[in-house]
Amino acid sequence: MKQSKNFRLVVSIFCVLAIISTVRLWTDQDALTSSGTIGTALRLTVPILLAGMAGLWAERCGVINIGIEGMMIFGTWFGAWGAWQFGPWVGLLFAILGGMFGGLVHAVATVRFNIDQVISGVVINLFAFFGVRYLSELVYVGKPGGGISQSPPQKSALPRFNLPILSGGEIAGWKSPDFLGWLESQRWFILGDFGGIGRGLTHNLSWATVIAIIIVPVSAWALWRTRFGLRLRSSGESPVAAESLGVKVNRLRYYGLLISGGLAGLAGGTLSIVASSYYRQGQTAGRGFIGLATMIFGNWRPSGILTGAMLFGYAEGIKLVASDSITALFLFIAAISAVFFIYSVIRRKRVQVLVTLVAFIVSAIAYRTIDTVPESLTQSLPYVVTLIVLATANQRLRPPAMAGVPFRPGEPH
Amino acid sequence: MNKQLDIHRNSDAMRKSLATLGSSLGAIFLALFICAVLLLVTGKDPLAAYGKILETGFTSDKFVEMLKRATPLIFSAIAVAIGFKMNLFNIGVEGQYLFAALIAAEMGTHVSLPAPLHVLFILVVAMVSGAAWASIAAFLKIVRGINEVISTIMLNYIALSFIQWLFETFFRDDSDGGLNVKTTKIAPSGRMPDLVHDRLNGMFIVALLVAFVFWIVVFRSRFGFRLRASGLNPIAARTAGIPASRMILVALMLSGAVAGLVAMPAVIGDVYGYGPSAIATQYGFAGIAVALLGRNHPLGIVGAAMLFGFLDSTSAELQLSGIPSSIVKVIQAIIVLVVVIVNEASSRRYNRRTAERAAMALKSLDARL
Repeated sequence: MKQSKNFRLVVSIFCVLAIISTVRLWTDQDALTSSGTIGTALRLTVPILLAGMAGLWAERCGVINIGIEGMMIFGTWFGAWGAWQFGPWVGLLFAILGGMFGGLVHAVATVRFNIDQVISGVVINLFAFFGVRYLSELVYVGKPGGGISQSPPQKSALPRFNLPILSGGEIAGWKSPDFLGWLESQRWFILGDFGGIGRGLTHNLSWATVIAIIIVPVSAWALWRTRFGLRLRSSGESPVAAESLGVKVNRLRYYGLLISGGLAGLAGGTLSIVASSYYRQGQTAGRGFIGLATMIFGNWRPSGILTGAMLFGYAEGIKLVASDSITALFLFIAAISAVFFIYSVIRRKRVQVLVTLVAFIVSAIAYRTIDTVPESLTQSLPYVVTLIVLATANQRLRPPAMAGVPFRPGEPH
Repeated sequence: MNKQLDIHRNSDAMRKSLATLGSSLGAIFLALFICAVLLLVTGKDPLAAYGKILETGFTSDKFVEMLKRATPLIFSAIAVAIGFKMNLFNIGVEGQYLFAALIAAEMGTHVSLPAPLHVLFILVVAMVSGAAWASIAAFLKIVRGINEVISTIMLNYIALSFIQWLFETFFRDDSDGGLNVKTTKIAPSGRMPDLVHDRLNGMFIVALLVAFVFWIVVFRSRFGFRLRASGLNPIAARTAGIPASRMILVALMLSGAVAGLVAMPAVIGDVYGYGPSAIATQYGFAGIAVALLGRNHPLGIVGAAMLFGFLDSTSAELQLSGIPSSIVKVIQAIIVLVVVIVNEASSRRYNRRTAERAAMALKSLDARL
């Protein structure tokens, strides 16, 4: 069973790679899978991924966290401040602490005082936005390069590295070959794309990115393979039952929200320390909400969140690096739809046949007719995709049963 | 006997509203105290800041400015409150009003009507477009069961990019070679007359009117009763034959319609058109804060909007006297958070007391029997 699941994953990845490779050679858009695009996509994936994980930790312990955006704002500001004062690593630490502060406020409001979780989140967003503006006025105004909506630039950046042998990293002074880069430059079918994607993921990598990626399996392990995680999830699924078994629900919700806030803060920190070298007002640009969307898209599971974050990050990355290859993506969607169409015809699933057929026709027409996609419309892609997922797969989504429901320990139920 | 009960109930309601007012005021003072500590920690003198706010806030100039700044907040808060009354959280006021602002500003340039009708036409277009955008969330909730919190958040961002696209490709006025970043100006017949020349326009009266209609419709009509009943106890409401999905649709569309008016003070009273930087954003979220502070009651909302307007109106002078003006917004956010917490705690205490009193009455009744 396990093996066949892995086998299917490998096969589907191979199929997607084959299709995108065909599209690349057909349209001559090498940027689709170039290491530059993938590298940018990875950088853009990280904040969304962390915001999604922040949402996961909060909702798994039973508290809806609309305030991720606000906690990310705290992360960007305190992270930038710490990095400006003490260097990038301390900056990341401050980003986490800033986010945790937001998480603590949310926990006190919703767990201790039982106020509506959505209300608390909305107020935290407001508070964070104006709170850091106030702090900027106090600290950054008058400093060189700083102002009410911007921090002075940081002096040093986090170290970056290339993976040895695969993408030309150094081992003890010896410059190893850039194998994936060579593969990419050959432009072969599938292998060229493999090289581009692989090099994008291993070349010029920031340590913060590595940490962010590691957080996904660590979270999955902590939530699903430890006693702490079981108890935390039971606080989100059925706090009453958990309490009757002696689980300290409220304490676990505090932990969950502190972790959630810390992850959101780190997400903010990667924006102001890794993706750029200063804090700017509005730097989060709704990524907290994209993270929330990713969490829903990923069905409240780490692997799903990773997939969603990569998808949204890739869409944003290709828009940034090679906006004229976006139309090639229509062809890609058309090809994918065609494959699923054939698949569902064989499986005789009527609804899927219809849906995939419509998707194929629409994207094929879009590819033939649309020359440039207006940037303003592509921005809304993650939100539209999330609404579509919610509308079509609502039955299959399984959020924690009691997320959002206030709980008071020790009361008769 | 009946009359006695009635008096008892009245005094009970009185006591409850007095307690509400008391706890809200107490919460505001607590919030001000927290802000004072915050100011002190960041090295500013809280007494000087509050003194400056009081000193500049109570002048006739600032009074007019307060009313002006309160106007969009009243609309936005009432839009949010309509949803709250049915346990629907409309976070999408932001997207609804910006969408309505663009559509109304554009449609307003395409008709030629006599003055009052032209203004009315624009207001109706704004309300219809706000309601239309809100109805997307309503349909998603009714047909697919999607929580309106999530869908309205997503629709906010979708609205932002949709508006930007519509504006850039269709509605932007290109007459002066791309320098103008607004729609074509609305003709003078479609402009709202000023109450105080250049400082306050007639939309303030409209806002008070909307607040009054909100009170009649939600608190004094059969429809309002059904709305509140569906919010307080959806299962009981459904059992009583109130159609749940129709109530959701109507409530969200009403909410969206009022949301459509949020930007109107600017669109037909100030800017006479739409421009991305000319129309202020964030009113949708401020409206949530005002609705919470005003406890979804029209009087409370108008009062809370005035308080926010009062604080906002002093920010320029604060800045001049060396105190960062953003502190005003921080104060507002802290006030809302503290008020919500205090209200929750006091209503829980009130419910417990009521339960205790009822238990005691039952006991004495038992003893007598």
